[in-house]
Amino acid sequence: MIVATDRAPDEAIVRFENVGLRYGLGPEVLKDVNFELQKGSFHFLIGESGAGKSSLLKLIYLALKPSRGLISLFDHDIAITPRPDLPALRRRVGVVFQEFKLLNHLSAYDNVALPLRVAGVRESVVKKHVSELLAWVGLEQHMQARPPTLSGGQQQRVSIARAIIARPRLLLADEPTGNVDDVMGFRLMHLFEELNRLGTTVVIATHNMQVVERLGHGRLLLDDGRLIMESARAKIAPKVENLVPGSRQKALAAAEASAAADSFGKYPGDSEIFDDPSSLKDYL
Amino acid sequence: MLKFISRRSDLPLDHDAHSRFLPWLIAFMVFLAVLAMAGMLMLNTVAERWDQGVTGTFTVQISPAEDPSEDDPRLQAILKVLASAKAIDRYEVISDERVLKLLEPWLGGVANSKDLPLPRLVDVELHSGAQLNVIKLTNQINKVAPGSRVDDHRIWLDRLVSLIRTVQTLATAVLFFISFATVGTVVFTTRTGLAIHREAIEVLHLIGAQDAYIARQFAGRAMALGLTGGLLGLALGLPTLMGIGYLIGRMDGFFVPSLELGAYHWMIVGFLPIGVAAIAMVTARMTVLRSLRRML
Repeated sequence: MIVATDRAPDEAIVRFENVGLRYGLGPEVLKDVNFELQKGSFHFLIGESGAGKSSLLKLIYLALKPSRGLISLFDHDIAITPRPDLPALRRRVGVVFQEFKLLNHLSAYDNVALPLRVAGVRESVVKKHVSELLAWVGLEQHMQARPPTLSGGQQQRVSIARAIIARPRLLLADEPTGNVDDVMGFRLMHLFEELNRLGTTVVIATHNMQVVERLGHGRLLLDDGRLIMESARAKIAPKVENLVPGSRQKALAAAEASAAADSFGKYPGDSEIFDDPSSLKDYL
Repeated sequence: MLKFISRRSDLPLDHDAHSRFLPWLIAFMVFLAVLAMAGMLMLNTVAERWDQGVTGTFTVQISPAEDPSEDDPRLQAILKVLASAKAIDRYEVISDERVLKLLEPWLGGVANSKDLPLPRLVDVELHSGAQLNVIKLTNQINKVAPGSRVDDHRIWLDRLVSLIRTVQTLATAVLFFISFATVGTVVFTTRTGLAIHREAIEVLHLIGAQDAYIARQFAGRAMALGLTGGLLGLALGLPTLMGIGYLIGRMDGFFVPSLELGAYHWMIVGFLPIGVAAIAMVTARMTVLRSLRRML
């Protein structure tokens, strides 16, 4: 079994054991996949087109069931988790979809608000956080714009905002650099690194080897449905001990307290999401 | 219409062209339901009134004796029996002229009471609500006047009432089919909505929306459409009902003494749109939940 990081007694965010996946009666697109992602790790999921990167991500964000093998998410065996409990697990996973999957009939604001609303967060809280996050990703002028009227880069920022608004413990991104130029690609990667520094476990599927080489981090290499290589960088230690389920309000309070020392005065409260927003702002 | 009922929605259900015809379909069904239900309730009233109107009365028929001179003593004996019965409020001997008149359709106008052995008839009316053992009374009367009959009008009344009940059963069946059609329409409208918004629903699903959260949006929309359609149908049905009532009122015959609805009945009919809205809501909810269960 390939263990992506050294086996600490730490909580395994994602664990795959002998996972196989086939669509219908077709051939297996994933074969005997074994790996484990520790809390706070950062991995690139690499491999050629058709190697099964998207399928692997879909298994992690619970869009698909494996044909065989065991998948455990936040120490919950997916196969035996009752269906009504799955939404709670999904809420801990933020996904930046390759094609964004924004709802075109909703404004950028409502799109970003969606994860909070489905979780039943009060509208006043929703308003505060969504406005702040959208301002932070530089879209305060476009809050009421619908996705089709936004540029590709703007849509991607909406998509990222939606993925992180509910403070996921695991962030998945499928080819986030596929639709943007290199400069923007690197900016996004730095954003993900910042999130990772805050304790979010990150998995990014990409075939942009340039980015992978430059940034390092752990790698999961898929070839024809097999996980043939893993290399683990020492995981980046989370700076903030937070983002455990149920402690959202506590985490917010703590972050707000630290926001007092925030130099990023233009957007009060920004730092509740990132500890150094001023540096992040440059990336976007 | 009725936007205030459906809460803020994450799905653009308001713009679905296919759901625009739903209120009209429901309106027609409610229209039919209003007519069927009103008919049912009216017949109910009629049956009850006939029942009450006839239960309290019966007729004693004394067949003519072979010796005409015995007729009067027999009649007197019977009247004595009737007078002794506590349940009887009043009785009235029907005059020969009236008996002749009643028989005219069969005998023609030439008949003369002197020539014909006519039965003597006594109309009897009970105290309201009083019960009388008809068999016992028949026996008593037969003792003093053999061959007499007591006719309590039950037989032909029962036939009429059973006719009414049959019509009511039909009306109930119509109501049942209307509900069935409503449910079917809502199911298919909802399924179309699910298909159209499959991608949006998938996104909601993947960001952790419970099935109930998604179902609520469809249910709220279906309820609003159902209520709109229901009110529309009621608006169509009530004037029709009043028109029918007016026409029947002009006929003014015995068979239609009470073809009007009481306040209680109006309430039931007025409740139809709410009932339809509830049916639509529950149906949409169950349809969505069932279809979402297929997703992981």
